[in-house]
Order: sequence, then structure tokens, then C-alpha cells
Amino acid sequence: MTTNELLFLVFAFGLIAWFVGRARAASFINADTPIINSLPNYHGWFSCLWAIIPPIIFLIIWSNISPALVTDMVLANPEAASITADTFSRSAILSEARAVANGSNQALFQEGSEKLVPLYAEAQSYYNSIALVATILLIFAGGAFAYTRLKPNFRARSKVEKIVMLGLLLASLIAVLTTVGIVASLIFEAYRFVTLVSPIEFLFGTNWNPRDDIVAGEDNGYGAIPLFWGTIFIGAIIAMIVAIPFGLMSAIFLTQYSSPRFRSIMKPVLEILAGVPTVVYGYFAALTVAPAVRDFAVMVGFSNAASDNAMAAGIVMGIMIIPLVASMADDSIAAVPGAMRDGSLAMGATKSETIKKILLPAALPGVVGGILLAVSRAIGETMIVVMAAGYAANLTANPFASITTVTVQIVALLTGDQDFGSPHTLAAFALGLVLFIVTLLLNLVALRVVKKYREAYE
Amino acid sequence: MNNTIDPTPTDWNSPEMQKRIAKRYASEKRFKLMGLSAVIMSTAFLIFLLITMLGNGFSGFQQTNAKLEIDFPSMTGGASAQSISGDGADAAIRSMDIAGIVAIAVDNQYGDLAKDMDQTLFSSGADRRVAAMLKADPSLVEQKVVLELPADAAIDTAYKGDGLKKAEELTQILDEKGLLTTEFNLSFLTGSDASDPAEAGIWGAFKGSLMTMVITILLAFPVGVLSALYLEEYAPKNRWTDLIEVSINNLAAVPSIIFGLLGLVVFLSWFNMPRSSALVGGLTLALMTMPIIVIAGRNAVKSVPPSIREAALGVGASPVQVVFHHVLPLALPGILTGTIIGMARALGETAPLLLIGMRAFVPAAPSGFSEPSTVLPVQIYLWSDEVSRAFVEKTSAAIIILLLFLMTMNAVAIYLRNRFETRW
Amino acid sequence: MVEQKSGSNTIENSDSTHKITARNVNVFYDAKQAINDVSIDVDMENVTAFIGPSGCGKSTFLRTINRMNDTIPSARVEGDIRLDGQNIYDPAMDVVQLRARVGMVFQKPNPFPKSIYDNVAYGPKIHGLAANKGELDIIVERSLQRAGLWGEVKDRLSDSGTALSGGQQQRLCIARAIAVDPEVILMDEPCSALDPIATAKIEELIHELRGKYAIIIVTHNMQQAARVSQRTAFFHLGTLVEFGETSNIFTNPQETRTQDYITGRYG
Repeated sequence: MTTNELLFLVFAFGLIAWFVGRARAASFINADTPIINSLPNYHGWFSCLWAIIPPIIFLIIWSNISPALVTDMVLANPEAASITADTFSRSAILSEARAVANGSNQALFQEGSEKLVPLYAEAQSYYNSIALVATILLIFAGGAFAYTRLKPNFRARSKVEKIVMLGLLLASLIAVLTTVGIVASLIFEAYRFVTLVSPIEFLFGTNWNPRDDIVAGEDNGYGAIPLFWGTIFIGAIIAMIVAIPFGLMSAIFLTQYSSPRFRSIMKPVLEILAGVPTVVYGYFAALTVAPAVRDFAVMVGFSNAASDNAMAAGIVMGIMIIPLVASMADDSIAAVPGAMRDGSLAMGATKSETIKKILLPAALPGVVGGILLAVSRAIGETMIVVMAAGYAANLTANPFASITTVTVQIVALLTGDQDFGSPHTLAAFALGLVLFIVTLLLNLVALRVVKKYREAYE
Repeated sequence: MNNTIDPTPTDWNSPEMQKRIAKRYASEKRFKLMGLSAVIMSTAFLIFLLITMLGNGFSGFQQTNAKLEIDFPSMTGGASAQSISGDGADAAIRSMDIAGIVAIAVDNQYGDLAKDMDQTLFSSGADRRVAAMLKADPSLVEQKVVLELPADAAIDTAYKGDGLKKAEELTQILDEKGLLTTEFNLSFLTGSDASDPAEAGIWGAFKGSLMTMVITILLAFPVGVLSALYLEEYAPKNRWTDLIEVSINNLAAVPSIIFGLLGLVVFLSWFNMPRSSALVGGLTLALMTMPIIVIAGRNAVKSVPPSIREAALGVGASPVQVVFHHVLPLALPGILTGTIIGMARALGETAPLLLIGMRAFVPAAPSGFSEPSTVLPVQIYLWSDEVSRAFVEKTSAAIIILLLFLMTMNAVAIYLRNRFETRW
Repeated sequence: MVEQKSGSNTIENSDSTHKITARNVNVFYDAKQAINDVSIDVDMENVTAFIGPSGCGKSTFLRTINRMNDTIPSARVEGDIRLDGQNIYDPAMDVVQLRARVGMVFQKPNPFPKSIYDNVAYGPKIHGLAANKGELDIIVERSLQRAGLWGEVKDRLSDSGTALSGGQQQRLCIARAIAVDPEVILMDEPCSALDPIATAKIEELIHELRGKYAIIIVTHNMQQAARVSQRTAFFHLGTLVEFGETSNIFTNPQETRTQDYITGRYG
């Protein structure tokens, strides 16, 4: 029986336990005891949870340790002792035999694995029967324990609610686990990277041309400065030059000038713009914008303009960011008390004077926070640059040249036939760690600025 | 009170003042115009993008066919309709060497022309089309028939007006003879990825997307809702709660590609889950979507007025009952809106899935959650990289499909939001 | 000048010596009528108080005088309001200019989040009333002096206006309003957010400012109206019930509604 089938069994018994517990509680209700402490449903849930939680915990643990147990049993067999001592091909043979025994693979490629198949099948059926017996025992032990607890004055509800609360807590801990997982995996792999390549070279080197054969003390082409520059140039400079004026002015117009009707039409349009997937923007940038920008650049005299130029990627990324800037600016301006606006208008200021001299300065912290969030979004954006920007690391401020970014290189380094431990792969994680830290800092600062600003007007 | 310095009253009607006021109004007008043009240009960009995609993609739903005359009786040596119908039909058709028959028929009808132009006429899917036609109507095998079969991608593109010069010439010749027809490209909707653009379809990627989304929603929705309820209703104010909140807020802003790195290390490298599978894709996207659902959920829960909780507590409900019987149902529309928006984002996400290997060439629709599969956005990315011009329309057509789904989801979310917007 | 009148009938033969003459003013919010046929005259060097229970329309009417109601999309004003004989709802009337001539002080002190100096200098700057920094300094100092705030803030003009106490903030707002040298100052319950000491200071200030401006003050505090104003208008449910010399209104009201209100029978 596979783990899935066992799980199904557990849930089936859980359902039975629910009905039994409920029926038992209902039987308590009679003329003498018209009211029991908790509704029968809660007794049912109490029984059900006791019947399913212990075996599920067992199965989770079991699914992690049983493969090792099975392998040990196979290796203990004299026939398995004969296979090659080379660790790599040995594990390949073992995993293939296991796959065939499971039925997930049909063909055998590795020499020597065919004789292990029956051994695997045998070991697996042995441990599977152990799992089955243990599961059923646990179901009945838990169910029986719960059954004995059921009494008219038993507080089933508070017990069940305690478990519900535990479930809620566990659910919210998944976010923490994810964060820990991100940090752990990035740091772990990035650490392996810096044992191969000097972090000084990585962080301050200007030559990005990753080599696989690392020679200590030499320039191995892992200098990431051109990537950092490209990321900033495209995401924080070109994109923002597009996004900030358009986003800000759109927000100002929609909140201060437009009729409610126009606003109610245009806001969803901006939301649609925000909902277009980045791969579509990327394709659009590569197919339409990039050639147009190159032609324009050639026309104005940049004869060496690349077709995968930074400008196209930056412009399209800026357009993608417009809705974000607009909605952040919208929120910030809306948070400025109406009394400020009235005060200025009552002085005889025009609307634009009020906006420029009172509203925007007052909303500035919020707007700046929003722009920081937008920058963080832009430098972490992948598909637009992967599809429209270049792969060549150029340290140049020429917007018509091909410039690469951190995210482009992460994708480039992780595709192709790379061994997981190769410096190429590990470099991607080092880049990922830098990207994570920078976006994290930007977000923290931005959220703090915005929060402070909101508090100032509350 | 010091009133010694008395100002001269402002003469609002002096020419200087009038000029100044006119200038101020001009600047007011300019500013307003700038705002309006910003909005219009943002909108214009969206419209331009949509028009470009529609213009390029529309032809992707069409397929150019060329006519081919096949004399079945002479080529099959007189096979009967009986022999290829009934139970053994598939095997019988497969044993017929249809590829050979088609090749001979093409040679007979177009031999010289194709050789002159050095251009294949029919897509490699033509054989399969013939087989399907025979299966649908076995009596064909006893006749000399003219079939409309999918033309080669080069001819297809040329016929739609964007081909290479050589193919254009050939297409013109064929068209003058009335040998080319156009039909709705059903195989684009039912097929999977293929190296021949005429055969490439999106069903495989679409199914992969669906399966990935199923995993994502099964994980992200319950976890997101429960976390939102915990944080908003029960969490004590302490450092642990702060930690959870900070984690969620930051996860919502972490670049998606970082989740790809996480999935690569944790799911593929540490847990040895199947590479390129919808399972790992769904897990990765679930981690990415969950914070969005939590944040939307918290806002929805927050907007349920305290009076409802107090009323429920007042009649003796326990805190858990208050939340599950009263707060959650009232907050559900808001939570659903957030969930749909989060799912729409996950559906359009590409970068993290590239990293966990969902960029593989998958020529058949995935049949299980651990099978190698791809998703729509990744398929778009893969096709956009193809050199063949015929893939441009395929890419745009796939984008149209993706946008249709995303816009429907967003429209539903906006509708839900407006329909159920706070009634208190 | 006795103009004791009852009801809200039109005042005939309005002579142009009044600073502000309002005739048959109606204000609507969408379909709802907030002001019903109000006619009133306001003079220079006079403090006119608008009193009445909350929701009676006194603030709404006040805001029609410098067209602040324009900022509310649903509001619509009918009737005739003249400043120095010029219709302020005439299309030829420039709102910017009108509001410079008719200053306003709000219920809650609303200094801009700028320095004290910039708060006062804001109006003169946008209207171009100072040719250079020296002139601006003079205007700022004079306005702060008039508002009775100079002594308290002259050493910290670059501090933020929001850092002042509530009463100081309100006086800053008054200084800000008089910096553009208006002719009329509208005060919308200027003391309702202040403590009694700050209120006394503002009242004293109103008293001193009276000599140069026409001041209209909306208040729900009848003692305040009696203390600071020369003339009082009693509003009720959007209509002007009674308008006349303050002493008469409080000692000898013509209308029973006025009497009921000032004797505290409702309000």
C-alpha cells in the first residue's frame, strides 16, 4: 500500500469515528440528562481527530524514514553487496531499481539493477505491511481512547477548539517557515559559492564571464558589478523615469481632477495593466518595443545600438510599474487630511498650486515609500529583462547597449545542463541572496516610511 | 497690538495682478493637461499592447490547408472500408503506412513544384490528419479523394501575408490554382508543444497550468485563510506574532524568482520531488500566493464590525464559534476576491517555474501531478524564443488565451468586490 | 441701523454700502435643500455671528461666501451673493481672487505641515504679494503680530506649524488668513476644538481684528456670539429665522424659535 492509500484509509476511519462519536453522544441525551456539555457534533469531531491525527503524524515520519529502511534491507542482502563501490553509479543503480519496483519506471538502463528489483519489491512489501499494521493500530488506539472519554459532561467542544487553535497557529507558522526556508537555502548555497569563489571578486569584480574551472587567486569571471549596475540602470533608473511621472500624474489626475465617472472607468483599466503577466510585457518588449527603440537609436546616431537594448526593457518595465506607483501615490494623497486641501484652497490657491505646494509635500513620505516598493519590484522583475534585455555583461551607461541584470543571470546560470554543485549554479544563489537582501531592505524601509507617515495623520 | 506697519491694500484689478492670475490659470491648465495625458498614455499603451497581440495572434487560430489528391484504391492495393472499421481500426490504419501514401501523393501532385522551390508543402501533421479522416469515414479508403491537409508552417505564414520570399512565390502559385484554404485551427487548442509550428498547440500547457493551479489553491487557500483568522482574531500581541506578520508582509514583496530558487533547493534538491512537475510548480506558487491571500483575508476579517462578534459572544458562543459561524462567512467575499487576484498572479507567473525546470519541451499533455509538464506563461516564453516566424502568431495566440483567463478572473474579483463591498 | 426682521423674506432696497449682500440664497446637496432662501447683509468693521443648532446650515451658508462649496461636487448654490456689489457666482468672478479677498479659518486648526514662516508666507507667495524676501518677512511679521502670535514664535519661525499648541495653531491659521490682506474673514466655529484659555485669546483677537475687516463667525456657543459680535443671525433648519443687533437678539428676540433656542429649550 502506498502512503496515499494509507492516508485514504485513515480518513475513511476518521469518518467512521466521527459518526460513532456523534451517535454515542446523542445516546447520552434522554429524559434524565436533556442537555449535555457539548453538542454531539463536537463529540464526533473529538473522536475523529483522535482517530486520524496520530496515524497521520506516524505516516509523515514514516514516509521520511522508510526509504532508508528499505535501502538498508536491500543492501543487507548478499546479492546487493556485489554491486559497484562507486558511490555515484551505485546510487543510480539503487534509485533505478527502486523506480522499477514501484512501477514508476519500466525500462532498466543501469547494469546490475535488474537483480535488485525483486529485493526492493520484497523489502518494500515487508515495510508496507508494517506501516499498514501500525496505522490501523494507531487509528483504533486513538479512536478507542476518545470513545472512553465521551461522557455527558465531557467538554468535547473546548478540546476540539484547542486543536482548531493549534491548527490556526500552525498555518500561520508556514509563512515563517517559508521565510526561514528562503534564507536557509540561499545562505546555504551562497556559502558553498564563497568557498569556491572569493566574495571580494563576486561583490566588487567588474568582469562577469563565469568559468567552471575555478582557479583560486585568479579572476574567474564572477565579478557581479556589471550585473548590479545593469539591474539598477534598467530597474531603478530607466523604469522609474517612465513610471514615476506617469504613475504620479495619473494618480493626481484621477484623485483631484477627474469626474467620478471617468475615475470609475480608468481605475479598472490601470488595474488591468497591473494584471497583465510579465511574460506578456516581456514578449511585447522583445517583439515591438526593442526593434523600435533600436531603429530610433540608429536614427539619432547610435549606430551600435543593440536589439536587446536596456532602453526597451526599462521602458516596458516602467509601464508595468505605473499602476503600482499610481495606487501608492493615490493612497498617500488620499491620506492627507482634507483640511489641508481646504485650507490651501481657502487661501485662494489654485488646484495645481494646492497639489504641488501642499498635498504632494505632505504626501511625500508616502510617495517615496511607494517608489521604493516600486524599485524593489522592478529590480526583482525577471521575465521582461530575460526576454528583452541582453545576456552580455556590459558596464556602460549607454541605454541603447545590451545590458544584463541579476535576474537574467540567475535564469541563465540555472538553465542548461548544470551540475547542482557547480560554481555556475551556486553563483545563481549568491546573486539570489544579494537580490533578496536588497529587496528586503527596500521593502522594510518603504513600509516603515509609509507607516510613520500614516501615523502622522491619524 | 502693533498696527503701525499698515499694508497698502492689494489692488486685484491692476494689470500686473491680472496678468499674474492669468499666468496662474495657464499653469493650472497645463498641470491638469499633464495629468490627463498621463492617464491617456497609460491607457493607450494597454490598448496598443492588446491590439498588437490580437493582430499577431488572430492568425494563430487559423490554419492554412492545401489540397491533396489521394488515390487510395491504387495505393493501398484495394483496402476495403470494412478492414479499417470496427474494433481493430486503429491498428489497421497504423499498419497502412499512411506517411508513405501521403509522400507518394504529394510527389505525384506537387513533385516538380516542390523540387523547384525546395520547399516542403505539408506539415508533418498531415499524416495524422489523414489517419483521423480515415477513422472518421472508412469509406474514403475505397475512393480517389481530394483532402485538405495542413500546409507547412512556411506556407501558412506566407499565406497569412508575412512569409519569406520563396514561400511567398510558392504560395502565390498554389493560391492561383485554388489549392489553398483556411480553416479554424482546432489543433492549436487541442495539441501540445511541437517543434513544427503548424502542429504546436496549447492544450498541454493549459492542462499543466490547471494542474499547477489546483495544487496551489489546495495549499494556499486553507493555509492563507487560517493564518488570516489566527492573526486577526486570536494572535496575542507578542514577538512571535510580530515575527509572523513581518514574514508575511515580506513574503508578499519578495521577487518571484526567489521562490523559484527556494523551490529548486528545498523541493528538488532536499526533498527529491519530481523535476518539472505540476506538483513542485504548484507548491512553489502556493508559497508565493499564500501571503497575498493572508493579507487580503486579514483586511476582509478586519472589516467585519466588532458588534457582530460581541453579539455572538453575548449569546454564549465560544471564540472559535464566533469566528467560524459569524466572522468567516461575512469575510468570505473579501477573502475570495483576494484569492482570485492571488491565483491570477500565480497563473501568469513564469520566472519561478523556469527555475524548477518547467521549461522542458513537453510534447504531450501531462497525465499526473508528478509528470513533467509546462504551463501557459512558460509555453509563451519558450515559443517567443523560437526562430521560426510561424511561432510569432502562436505566441500571440497563446497570450490571447492567457489574457482571456486572467481578465475573466480579475473581472470576477472586481465584480465580487463591488457586489459585496461593506454593507455596514 | 436697526434691521430687526423676522422670517427669511427678501430685504428690499439693499444699498451698496454693505460689504456683502446675500439675497434669496438656496443651497442644495443633490436633491436635498440645505439652505432655504436666506438673505443677509454683512458690514465692514463688524463681527457678525451665525448661531443655531447643529445641522441648521450656518456653516454651509458660510462656505458659500468664499465658494468653498465648489469643492463639493454635489453642492449647488442658487441666489445672489455680492461682495462690494459684485456677484461672486458670476462666471466672470475669479475664485482665486475671491478667496484671497475672503479669508477663512476652519473649525479645526489646519496649519500646513510646513514651518511657521512658510505657513504664513504661503498665501503672499502664491498671490505674488511680496516682491522680495524682505517684503515677505515684513508681511509674515505683521500678520503674526496681528494674530497675537509673534511674541510666542518669533524665535522659532522655522519650526513646524503642526508642533504648536491647538490655540497657537488656530492663531497661526488666522495669521495665515490675514497675510493675504483679505477684506472679509470667515470663521467656522474657530474655538470649538480649543480649551477655554485659548478660546479667550481668540475672542480677544477677533475683537482687535474687527477694526479692519468684516468678520463672520459661526458658533454654537451663544455666550461667545454675545461676547464677540455686533450682529447675530439665528439659523434653524436651513432658514434664517432672525437677524439683527446682537443685543436685541439676546434680550428681545422677535421669534419664539429664537427665544426657545437662546433660553436653551433646544439646541
